[in-house]
Amino acid sequence: MNEQDNECMPKITINGDWCKGCHICVEVCPRRVLEVDEEAFLHGFHPIRVARPEDCTICRQCELLCPDLAIVVEEE
Amino acid sequence: MKRGTTASIVKYIRPRTFPTPFCAGCGHGILLGAILRAVDELELDFSQMLFVSGIGCGGWIPSPHFNTDTLHVTHGRPVAFATGAKLFRPELNVVVIGGDGDIASIGGNHLIHAARRNVDMTVICANNLIYGMTGGQVTPTTPLGARTLTTPAGNPEPPFDLSRLVAAAGATYVARYSVWHVRPLIRSIKKALQHEGFAFIEALSTCPTQYGRRNENPTPIGMLRALKRDCVTVKRAQDMSEEELVGKTIIGEFVS
Amino acid sequence: MRQGSWTKVPSALKPGRHFLQGDEACAEGAIAAGCNYYAGYPITPASEIMHHICQRFAQLPGRVFIQMEDEIASIASVIGASWAGARAMTATSGPGLSLMLENIGYAIMTEVPCVIVDVQRAGPSTGQATRPGQGDVMQARFGAHGDYEIIVISPWSVQEAYEEAIRAFNLADRFRVPVILLMDEGVGHMRENMTVSPKTPIYRRWKDPSQPPFGGVEVPSMPAFGEGARLLVTGSTHDAWGYRRTTDSQVQEQLVERLVGKILNHRDEIERTFTHFCEDPLDVLLVAYGFTARSALGAVRLARGAGVKAGLLRLTTLWPFPDDVVKGVGAREPLILVPEMNRGQVLRQVQRVVPHAIGYHKTNGELITAREIWAAVQEELAS
Repeated sequence: MNEQDNECMPKITINGDWCKGCHICVEVCPRRVLEVDEEAFLHGFHPIRVARPEDCTICRQCELLCPDLAIVVEEE
Repeated sequence: MKRGTTASIVKYIRPRTFPTPFCAGCGHGILLGAILRAVDELELDFSQMLFVSGIGCGGWIPSPHFNTDTLHVTHGRPVAFATGAKLFRPELNVVVIGGDGDIASIGGNHLIHAARRNVDMTVICANNLIYGMTGGQVTPTTPLGARTLTTPAGNPEPPFDLSRLVAAAGATYVARYSVWHVRPLIRSIKKALQHEGFAFIEALSTCPTQYGRRNENPTPIGMLRALKRDCVTVKRAQDMSEEELVGKTIIGEFVS
Repeated sequence: MRQGSWTKVPSALKPGRHFLQGDEACAEGAIAAGCNYYAGYPITPASEIMHHICQRFAQLPGRVFIQMEDEIASIASVIGASWAGARAMTATSGPGLSLMLENIGYAIMTEVPCVIVDVQRAGPSTGQATRPGQGDVMQARFGAHGDYEIIVISPWSVQEAYEEAIRAFNLADRFRVPVILLMDEGVGHMRENMTVSPKTPIYRRWKDPSQPPFGGVEVPSMPAFGEGARLLVTGSTHDAWGYRRTTDSQVQEQLVERLVGKILNHRDEIERTFTHFCEDPLDVLLVAYGFTARSALGAVRLARGAGVKAGLLRLTTLWPFPDDVVKGVGAREPLILVPEMNRGQVLRQVQRVVPHAIGYHKTNGELITAREIWAAVQEELAS
């Protein structure tokens, strides 16, 4: 990955205080950008990890279908 | 900031009200976002909007979460409360949000009369086919044969086709979309909010906890996929036979 | 000052004498008080209020009339309009009041000024729709669930139907509480002369969006929808800013205590009673209200004519029940009789403070006459 690509990479933020771990975002992402963090266990569920931000196309499917407004996708 | 994005709509959330009390994966949260996205994209004056809701999970979508005037009333009566506020202060953009139990069962009479009067308001029914808050009892929109807490052997009663009921009552904008079809749902909410007269949107929602769990579909994503599988657009339905339409739900605009 | 303000406005009706029906006078009183939202549903014997309002509102700017689909919707839309800034009212009879009660409880909890007129008829149930009764005294007070205080006023004449309708609106706004104007078919359908004064006193509710709308002071500020107050209104237990606190025992206790206290601490502003011929020690005291008080006054005159020292304590405010007045007037009297068109709903309240009071009851759908009360008094004096 060159530097230019890195600058264009979207910023995906998961709000850990609002996320309830329903994992809808993981399932609906067409590019498998997000994944369940099986290592961590917070508030009674496995939280979400932004695993491959470089693959994000900013389709915002995760953002629109998150029932808790816990995902913010920003174009950098 | 791009309008309609989550970063742009969090400004509408009342302080100290998030996270919501909804279960993980509840479709009502998606609808909550869709309504705020529609408001944001239209750049409406939020302070001139009044959200009225009744009792049940659906009633919690605007109250306490929306940071403008919200009126959380008795079970089934939000449409009647909203009628009074709208008639006295017509400049308010009045929106009623409630579940299928609130709007279609106990509040069914107020719904059809407001539609008949063509009161200038938007009613959004978050239809998740079940009484969620009280433990998962059958509602007037629960499908025939579905298992609920009060129909353990399967629902023996046929459900209302809510959109067609409200259309028949005289509403001047009627549409049905699901929370899975969130983009057309947002477009539809935008049309309803701008519509002069009675606008009704049946927003098919999901309740994994009370409905999915009892009907072999307990996961949030599974319920969304079922909506994707079972909904057909008005246009596509026109070319389908009656047998092909069994078990399908038609989505789209019925009156516009 | 964290309170509303009193003003005097020109009366809507031409000052001077008018010959009106009780229901019409009630409607005119509401109009004079600035009622600008009315929602109702037809019911005998209260429909004339709706008819009169409907016709009069059409001649007056800025007033909204709607006939709703039922009584539940009527009171619901009245509450919605009140939050939108209206002086709002509905009118019904016993069966309709039964349907309204859940939302009246909502109005109590969310502190919504509004006026509900109940023109009582003979019950229970559909009963005798065109016949008088006074059977809703307890329903008006205790009909909604939970513990609360409410203001209930019962006029005895066409004049009072007019004046008490005005007072009902002012009390509603003063205390942010629904007020029930408890008429009966006798007063509602009676026609007599009444006088309209040139000016009508109006209490305007106070509003300050910077103040909490559900706490802080006894009667909090009440901004309307659309004024930027971002109101969070709920019938669930809530804190001063409206946030739900549905498992907090302290918030629940404080809220109920304030809702009750804001009425009971101001009995002097709310209670209205009249004494007739009560100056000297009496042989018999009658305690009555509504149409029955007219017959009771007739009975007092009959008794006085026969040399029996009789007096009448007339209650216009029924709730909060004027305990101290009843005790003050009644305690010294040997015989206290409470005539009413029910089986003793106010009698039991009188007995609470003056235990030896007795009742005269009639529930056959006919008015109680002066002669009947006088006969009952004679019977008691002879025994």
